[in-house]
Amino acid sequence: MSAEATKAQERPVTAELAKEFGLSAEEYRNALDILGRTPTFTELGIISVMWSEHCSYKSSKVWLKTLPTTGPQVICGPGENAGVVDIGDGDAVIFKMESHNHPSYIEPYQGAATGVGGILRDVFTMGARPIANMNALRFGSPDHPKTRHLVSGVVAGIGGYGNCVGVPTVGGETNFHPAYNGNILVNAMTVGVAKTDKIFYSAAAGIGNPVVYVGSKTGRDGIHGATMASAEFTEDSEEKRPTVQVGDPFTEKLLIEACLELMETDAIVAIQDMGAAGLTSSSVEMAGKGGLGIELTLDTLPMREQAMTPYEIMLSESQERMLIILKPGREEVAKAIFDKWELDFAVIGHLTDTGNLVIKMYGETWCDMPIAPVSNAAPEYNRPWEPTPKASDLDDSVFNGYSEELGDTLTKLFGCPDLASKRWIWEQYDSLVGGDTRFMSGQADAAVVRVPGQTKAVAITTDCTPRYCLADPVEGGKQAVAEAWRNLSAVGALPLAITDNMNFGNPEKPRIMGQFVGAVQGIGEACKALDFPVVSGNVSLYNETNGEAILPTPAIGGVGIMPDAMIAVGIAFRGEGDVILAVGDTANPYGGHIGQSIFLREILGREEGAPPPVDLAVERRNGDFVRGLIREGLVVSSHDVADGGLIVTIAEMALAGGVGAYLTGFDGQHVRVLFGEDQGRYVLAVRPDVAATVQEKAEAAGVPVSVLGETRGTSLSGRGGEIVSLKRLREANEGWLPNYMAAEL
Amino acid sequence: MKAAIVVFPGSNRERDAVAALEAVSGTKPHLVWHRDTELPKVDLIVVPGGFSYGDYLRSGAMAAHSPIMREVKARADQGVRVLGVCNGFQIITEAGLLPGALMRNGALKFVCRVQHLRVENTDSPFTKRYAKGQIVRFPVAHGDGNYWTDAETVKRLDGEGQVAFRYVGDEARADPRGNPNGSVSDIAGIFNAKRTVLGLMPHPEDAVEALHGNTDGKPMFEGLVEALS
Repeated sequence: MSAEATKAQERPVTAELAKEFGLSAEEYRNALDILGRTPTFTELGIISVMWSEHCSYKSSKVWLKTLPTTGPQVICGPGENAGVVDIGDGDAVIFKMESHNHPSYIEPYQGAATGVGGILRDVFTMGARPIANMNALRFGSPDHPKTRHLVSGVVAGIGGYGNCVGVPTVGGETNFHPAYNGNILVNAMTVGVAKTDKIFYSAAAGIGNPVVYVGSKTGRDGIHGATMASAEFTEDSEEKRPTVQVGDPFTEKLLIEACLELMETDAIVAIQDMGAAGLTSSSVEMAGKGGLGIELTLDTLPMREQAMTPYEIMLSESQERMLIILKPGREEVAKAIFDKWELDFAVIGHLTDTGNLVIKMYGETWCDMPIAPVSNAAPEYNRPWEPTPKASDLDDSVFNGYSEELGDTLTKLFGCPDLASKRWIWEQYDSLVGGDTRFMSGQADAAVVRVPGQTKAVAITTDCTPRYCLADPVEGGKQAVAEAWRNLSAVGALPLAITDNMNFGNPEKPRIMGQFVGAVQGIGEACKALDFPVVSGNVSLYNETNGEAILPTPAIGGVGIMPDAMIAVGIAFRGEGDVILAVGDTANPYGGHIGQSIFLREILGREEGAPPPVDLAVERRNGDFVRGLIREGLVVSSHDVADGGLIVTIAEMALAGGVGAYLTGFDGQHVRVLFGEDQGRYVLAVRPDVAATVQEKAEAAGVPVSVLGETRGTSLSGRGGEIVSLKRLREANEGWLPNYMAAEL
Repeated sequence: MKAAIVVFPGSNRERDAVAALEAVSGTKPHLVWHRDTELPKVDLIVVPGGFSYGDYLRSGAMAAHSPIMREVKARADQGVRVLGVCNGFQIITEAGLLPGALMRNGALKFVCRVQHLRVENTDSPFTKRYAKGQIVRFPVAHGDGNYWTDAETVKRLDGEGQVAFRYVGDEARADPRGNPNGSVSDIAGIFNAKRTVLGLMPHPEDAVEALHGNTDGKPMFEGLVEALS
């Protein structure tokens, strides 16, 4: 390859080419103004990815700024590779959730695998050893012809990557809805732990310091991946398969070990992974944050393919690569570590005082433009938005004509796609490697992973109820945060902070932008009220195909802490004779909000009404009460009330433990009390000898608690006899997904 | 008891093995890097789980040819006890320390779950603390655990007491699921002829403390400490 051959491949830079690269006419004019000339082909490529929605957050930034991001526990909020939170004893937890939606739809195995790889790098680049992965998945209707293939590929990809790198995948959530037929969501979260005095940031410093490239070689994969993720899908999107990257978890595992080993030395000034927009965003962000320039000479950069152009190298999204600024003279120390781990290591440039990004190769300069003006000029839009009209609540007339036996209804619900056991999925993930996992998936409301070498543990959950968010983005956003907070409290953890993964449709449509704005408002209100700040996040817009948007899905990843992993309580009933208590508002008298409930959708066939409102003060009071009981050792089993309402919650606890329940608390109640999805509630099982104590404490705390029954037998039963056997529920619950996946297309 | 754990690029359960050995023996095991050609003087060598070299060739095939494995084989020939777990089982089998081969799981999927096993032979330092026929629970986490050998060899392994563990279901505990990977004759783990080498797919090292939900793996390490101290 030569300069001449490179030029022969380049296309003339025009407004048309800029449009093809995803820049609007106005954005292109802006680029011309900043440079005072026509950009080179390489520069145009770099500007277009820097200003893409994916990298610039241009539609969302103005709203994300309104979120609460601080608190005494927060060491580093949004803006770095991941959020950092203090967990005491000089330890920090570092975490983030990120989407890989578009690639996963086009190539599910590699799309999902590289999603896991990318989020792992965001966490270990800050100095943390990853201790847990989670994921939040949304697929289209099970009847859609692509769904089975997508489920199969995504799950295999997540497992293939996470299992190999040796980070346990400890939980997650999976929903199905026709709104995701053309745009599935694959949101992956990694949690790591580090010492608070050994956290690494990305701001470059030190003029002349060497810029080092480590990890895999660069190929042509993923070029313009960030641009793809910033546009709607159309019929021909599958032709974009070549823009999906290919993952190599083995190299990632080596990269984790090598980076952590290098971090034990004092050689690093700054470090950042090459994620979306690869070398472009890593070099520009590092230099930009340090207020410096950076000069790269790409001839010595490790390449997987021949005859690559500077444009291709700068835009490649090849995986498992990191950019490091070293202290002067530490190249040999660093190289020895990467040699040991058999990874590529190359000094590819140095920091300068020019403030410019300079790219040299084949003896010529292909890019020489000022970083700050280009970064600062990244567009920021306050897009027009319309608030989502409020839906009205449903009255009892929706139940007209419903006369099914309770046992039949429960069996149907337990076999419906959203409530069916996801064992088929999570048994493909190694959830135990590391030896610090407290619960297998499905056994607790939040995953509990011990901090290696210590007794304390981190609790992790991911939550969002997209059908609530569609009906009312503000309440839905609140609910997603509240449920994460509740799930952490339900295992006995103190909730610390969240990461938000905002998945929405096309922000250029005021209705969609209104969903985003509403969700951010709800999330912000809940975070403030619950002292549960946002420390990292990711926005994925344009999740639309042929104009059909997904359900608004602000997935929330919550993290909490507990002093001892063994304090944690799971959902399973653990023996007969325990008293089953409902904690939470018993207006009506046990609640009964049926709008947007699973019962309404699955049994009555309607998706309507307002979602259950969230009273954040009640949420906090009830959660603090439950956590306190668990910390005092008074609780045997604990489960928050979510999809399906109280009766489904109890049945899940029974199934998890193989112990039934004799229920007396529902006698004479309306069916909406059984299935209503009112918020801020928990079901607990406590030993009979402490039941009175618990009730006294509840009264003192002003928390409504009522007795629903006791653990007994191998079925759900009441004064009228058996409602449904656990065997029948289990068959429905465990059967759906394996049968679905085994069926012929 | 002194123990060494061999670490390959891509090993990922060495920390679990360190924790289990240290908890039971009170002594930190040596970690030996795959490029080393010498092993310290030890009573037990553990080849841990993971994805050595990414398992991009047949699982364990690359690691079996790494320099340190020549030394492991030489020590095994001298009677030093060798425990290969999961990828370690694949590696020592590929290296010829045990007969047979590990193939892709029958269902073609990775499987991670707590699995019931029956202890088949207790005449070894690995299994002496169990009762013959005892049902224990160890987690499994593998994609290539489908043990295969020909019928004649299965018969010989049974006859010579070389089958260490078999997968079983447990109706009593509402977990009827046995063999998770399609392995021949439900074999989960085997010994060499002298019962000084044990290879098994399940992870006893992830069942040694209350946090793991059960401690059925602990007697394996206690038996080793008792026999080798």
